[in-house]
Amino acid sequence: MNILIKNGRIIDPSQDIDGKGEILIEDGKIMEVRRLKAEGKRLKAKNGKKNSELRTPDSELRIIDASGCIVIPGLVDMHTHLREPGYEYKETIATGTKAAVRGGFTSVCCMPNTNPVNDTISVTAFIIDKAKKEGSCAVYPIGAITKTQRNEELAELDALKRSGCVAFSDDGKPVTNSLIMRRALEYSKIFDVPIISHCEDMYLSEGGVMNEGFISTILGLKGIPKAAEEIMVARDLALCELTGGKLHIAHVSTEGSVGLIREAKARGIRVTAETCPHYFTLTDEALKSYDTNLKVNPPVRTERDVEAIKRGLNDNTIDAIATDHAPHHADDKTKEFDAAAFGISGLETAFPLSLKLVEQKVLSLKQLIHKMTVTPANIMGILKGSLSVGSDADIAIIDPEKSLEVDSSTFLSKGKNTPFHGWVLKGFVEKTIAAGKIYDWT
Amino acid sequence: MLNTKDLLGIKELTPEEIYSILDTASGFKDVLQRDIKKVPPLRGKTVVNLFFEPSTRTRTSFELAAKRLSADVVNFSVATSSVTKGETLKDTALTIKALGADFVVIRHSSAGVPHFLSRLLDISIINAGDGANEHPTQALLDLFTVLSHKKKIKGLIIAIIGDIVHSRVARSCIYAFVKLGARVRVICPPTLTPPEITNLGIEVFHNMEKGLEDADVIMTLRLQLERQSKGFLPSLEEYFYLYGLTSERMRVAKGDAIVMHPGPMNRGVEIESEVADGRQSVILEQVTNGLAVRMAVLYLLAGVKK
Repeated sequence: MNILIKNGRIIDPSQDIDGKGEILIEDGKIMEVRRLKAEGKRLKAKNGKKNSELRTPDSELRIIDASGCIVIPGLVDMHTHLREPGYEYKETIATGTKAAVRGGFTSVCCMPNTNPVNDTISVTAFIIDKAKKEGSCAVYPIGAITKTQRNEELAELDALKRSGCVAFSDDGKPVTNSLIMRRALEYSKIFDVPIISHCEDMYLSEGGVMNEGFISTILGLKGIPKAAEEIMVARDLALCELTGGKLHIAHVSTEGSVGLIREAKARGIRVTAETCPHYFTLTDEALKSYDTNLKVNPPVRTERDVEAIKRGLNDNTIDAIATDHAPHHADDKTKEFDAAAFGISGLETAFPLSLKLVEQKVLSLKQLIHKMTVTPANIMGILKGSLSVGSDADIAIIDPEKSLEVDSSTFLSKGKNTPFHGWVLKGFVEKTIAAGKIYDWT
Repeated sequence: MLNTKDLLGIKELTPEEIYSILDTASGFKDVLQRDIKKVPPLRGKTVVNLFFEPSTRTRTSFELAAKRLSADVVNFSVATSSVTKGETLKDTALTIKALGADFVVIRHSSAGVPHFLSRLLDISIINAGDGANEHPTQALLDLFTVLSHKKKIKGLIIAIIGDIVHSRVARSCIYAFVKLGARVRVICPPTLTPPEITNLGIEVFHNMEKGLEDADVIMTLRLQLERQSKGFLPSLEEYFYLYGLTSERMRVAKGDAIVMHPGPMNRGVEIESEVADGRQSVILEQVTNGLAVRMAVLYLLAGVKK
């Protein structure tokens, strides 16, 4: 089936496109992107052909009217927990990728803290195979840095890379042993894939369940100081400088981390960084309700940190926005705050929450889309996040003006654990096209 | 009168509500001095003491308070319950509700558990201590005790000494005394000082002599003995040297200062026996007043539900 998307505003930062236009999809690939002047006159087509009519497709043509919508590359999430294998009661590759396409994501990179850990090629192969059979979008596994994420020996990084892992991380835990982290950054230079660091000093964070500060004091909950993150950011930046490896800092949550990364980039250190919507949307004030849906690691911080993260996004200190989608079963959240699991189910609210950055003039719409498409794709070295001719037809069609109320009970993810239930947001996805398949959410 | 079905913390109370509890407690204190100490207001009501942490005095105090009001009392403690078989807090709570309880008196090591129960159950929840959050009835009985000696709260200098960071008693007392206009100081080592606590409008001292100067009320807290192994303190001896309440140190406080302790005491760790048993000590009065205050809380909450 061929698809023609008409009347939308096409924004593709990878090709510096922003304007009215049409996209023709054939056999799951983007065949043509044609830009129109405001009055509908055709401009030079991106495939190089001048002023030719859009090629009339031979077979049946499905026309999508994207009036009032933006038409953008399918979003790329470089930090997702799909939970399979091992925790299928929280999420599966099938449900997690459904949630992804609902949120406009057509590529997700899944973290290795499954059971068993993705530290061997058989687990990687299982994930890739399962995603092919049951997945709704592209899935790129992230391999573990150390065997069983135990901080002792490196996993077989090359074998994992060859079997399809696009990056390495012990996410969920830090690599506490600095020597192992050094070796990982060094060894991974063989194939130039990023080492993704979950920055947390486990001694400082021990027992902590929220940001340490005035709010933790009045709630009587044990705090996780910002220093627990910043110490590890500083360590990893030093190791990155020492080794020349490719470092990516996951889920930046503090003002201090933003400053360290900014300074490192200015010195030419090869580091990239991501943050997540909750870190520029929420502060620890929200925890006064003891709502366990707000329990996340790293914890949501303070207004100062929120502002610093916004500045970091604005000046590209923070390269990408990822979800850290961490779905949990209600049983894991309906507990004492201390005992509840960490994590937010994020795929289905990430774009609307991030769109607020445009309203707040932190980012232009194009910059925002950059940080959720081609930037994460480039960091992970995957050919995604672009509408260039010949690419997989991965597209999100979004009405940036239509408001909807978040209802966690309608999430396609098994994880209904969101602190944003009941929030009214703009920018939910109208339609997603993943490898040429259309999902209509209206 | 109280406006909510629960007593979750002092944070949630207005000064008027606090005074209303204290006035009611004063009436019950008279009852407790009678020959026959039982009154009928809670006849036919059931109070469940749901204690997930070991406690003798608070549990006994609530039990006796409920019995003095003619309620039926059931003690549900962790060691003898199905919690040890892996039951979730939610299921335990729903079970207690299904048994027909009217009040749940909850103690738990995790902050926010009373709030969790409050959302889950439509019966009255009384916080008997949740993690390092609050222990509201302790603060109320402390207010009651101070009032009975000083006749006012406003303007008094209250010095709270010890492990503030882990103490729900300290937090509830800070809220309570600040709400009623006292000047609150905490005296503690920096390792046991909660972050940004001065935002509550109190002063922090790391030096005992300076902190005790001109104090009207001296409240010293129990030091959990495991703090040493967790690196908060080098030794209990050093703690006593720096922060132990001794008769010598009492001299910098006001001459009529009273000494309080929520119990149980570690003599020779946070307080010297001469002070604990001295003429300025009101520690045993606190225990008696606790009974009256807990009767008042149960009585007033029963009124809200009607």
